Amino acid sequence: MNRSHPLITALAILTMGFLYLPLLAVAVFSVNATKYGLVWKGFTLDWYIKLFSNELILTAAWNTLVLAVVSTLIATVLGTVLAIGMDRFPWSKRTNTTLDLILHLPVVIPDIILAAALVVAFGLLRIVFSAFEPGLLNMIIGHITFQVAFVALVVRSRLVSLGREVEEAARDLFASTSYLLRRVTLPLLLPGIVAGGMLAFTLSLDDFVISFFTAGPDSVTLPLYIFAAVRRGVTPQIHALSTLVLLVTIILVVGVERMTRKK
Amino acid sequence: MSKLLVWYGELTTSRNLSKRGLMFLSPGMLWLLIFLVLPGLVLILVSFAGRGAYGELVWEFNLENYKRLTGFGIFGWTSDYLMIVWRSVWVAFVTTALSVALSYPLCFFIAGRPERTRYLWLTLVIIPFWTNMVIRTYAWFLILAPELPFAKLAAFLDFIPAGSPLYPNAFAVYLGMVSMFLPFVTLPLYSSVERLDWELVEAAQDLYASRVRVFMQAILPQTLPGLSVGVILTFVPAMGMFVVPDLLGGAKYMLVGNLIQQQFGASRDWAFGAAISMGLMVLTMFSLYLYRRRSKGVDFV
Repeated sequence: MNRSHPLITALAILTMGFLYLPLLAVAVFSVNATKYGLVWKGFTLDWYIKLFSNELILTAAWNTLVLAVVSTLIATVLGTVLAIGMDRFPWSKRTNTTLDLILHLPVVIPDIILAAALVVAFGLLRIVFSAFEPGLLNMIIGHITFQVAFVALVVRSRLVSLGREVEEAARDLFASTSYLLRRVTLPLLLPGIVAGGMLAFTLSLDDFVISFFTAGPDSVTLPLYIFAAVRRGVTPQIHALSTLVLLVTIILVVGVERMTRKK
Repeated sequence: MSKLLVWYGELTTSRNLSKRGLMFLSPGMLWLLIFLVLPGLVLILVSFAGRGAYGELVWEFNLENYKRLTGFGIFGWTSDYLMIVWRSVWVAFVTTALSVALSYPLCFFIAGRPERTRYLWLTLVIIPFWTNMVIRTYAWFLILAPELPFAKLAAFLDFIPAGSPLYPNAFAVYLGMVSMFLPFVTLPLYSSVERLDWELVEAAQDLYASRVRVFMQAILPQTLPGLSVGVILTFVPAMGMFVVPDLLGGAKYMLVGNLIQQQFGASRDWAFGAAISMGLMVLTMFSLYLYRRRSKGVDFV
């Protein structure tokens, strides 16, 4: 078995084509001049221009952004503090196992189960607090719940790889607890926190299932909007919107790659 | 009472230390307890409740939902729901197997590129990984549209009536699922393939091992850590997948995810939805258990 056997190369190229053909089709038909059908009628950017006068799409984009920013900020703080709490204190083996299990739950269970559990919980909470109507608040809570786990796992692995020598040296030089945290631990941890936050942000933008279950009529996000629209039938405008979302994703991914590879 | 101790350069008592530790743990852990563990427990409770005439929950302990899930209804035993559960497991299995089969050549190919283009290829696999799944799923509508050659070919071969798209059906679900989960296998697998010791492979070839044996005995054991992460990252979410079967399978190819969504949406039967979720949870736990037994010491993240 040669690793650059022509058969392997051919299969690999075909597989890449399989991954990208649908996405390319979306991009191509987003600049197609006809509204109906998939026959090429010439190049146009009309569908992109029309996007920016579509009130519903602009609201959905705004909701997506608010949801992602708010949930990421809260989840990053909670996750970072949690990671420090788990890694830097002498917990018994049993406590550690329990904490670890809870932390891995949102990572391993299918998201539809978390979504179902949240629907039921919010439904019961609504009996007492009317604030838990389906809507942005519920979505933010849902997103934070899975983001916290991912942030904590990323930050914790950074804490483990940092080791404790620097912190111990700071203690030996009479650093107080808060000084140690502010001037030693957090600065060393910053790349991990940024990576965790970016992961959380992308997870939020990418999420469909949790949002679908917890959203209300006024809190439609872009993935929800696209889902509802394509069930009625695909239009070039949806292709244009999807292409823009795809471009944002590519920029985010390439940006994160650049940032993490320099280290 | 509390003993004095030195903890990484700090002179403190164990009570002080655990008090501070709790301060760090509690915000995040409380959040997870309130919005993850507690809802999970409530879901278990609800799965034993009933449904009122208007879709409200009736708090009366019964096993009706589980009986319904396993097929015991008022009209005798039917296999409808069990079929959907079984189909989900099967689809997840086939999706995983196909993704693995396609990932090996792709990983070998990327690992064989010169260093400068290797990251470009890798980034090309990472981009779909992070692209929204609704977009990646509906994109198949275009490829499978009646105007394009694929649907025309299928119509010519009499699989579908002329002029109709190549969805919704089982084939479209498999297409969508494999393209959705392929990067989930490729990325972890690549981290193992990159570190592969090719001298072992060459040694096996020098000793006249057949291609199958070279793969089974020289490549597979070396790539097992990455492969098993990829398999679990694909199999578990694939069982609960709901976007792909909803858009590409329609009513013709329902999976557990659709069944759950139906109970929380149109049917408004939360208790039954909770029971199906529990069924999916049991399947998830069982696959994780198998995974842990087969590959000790492999980490997810």
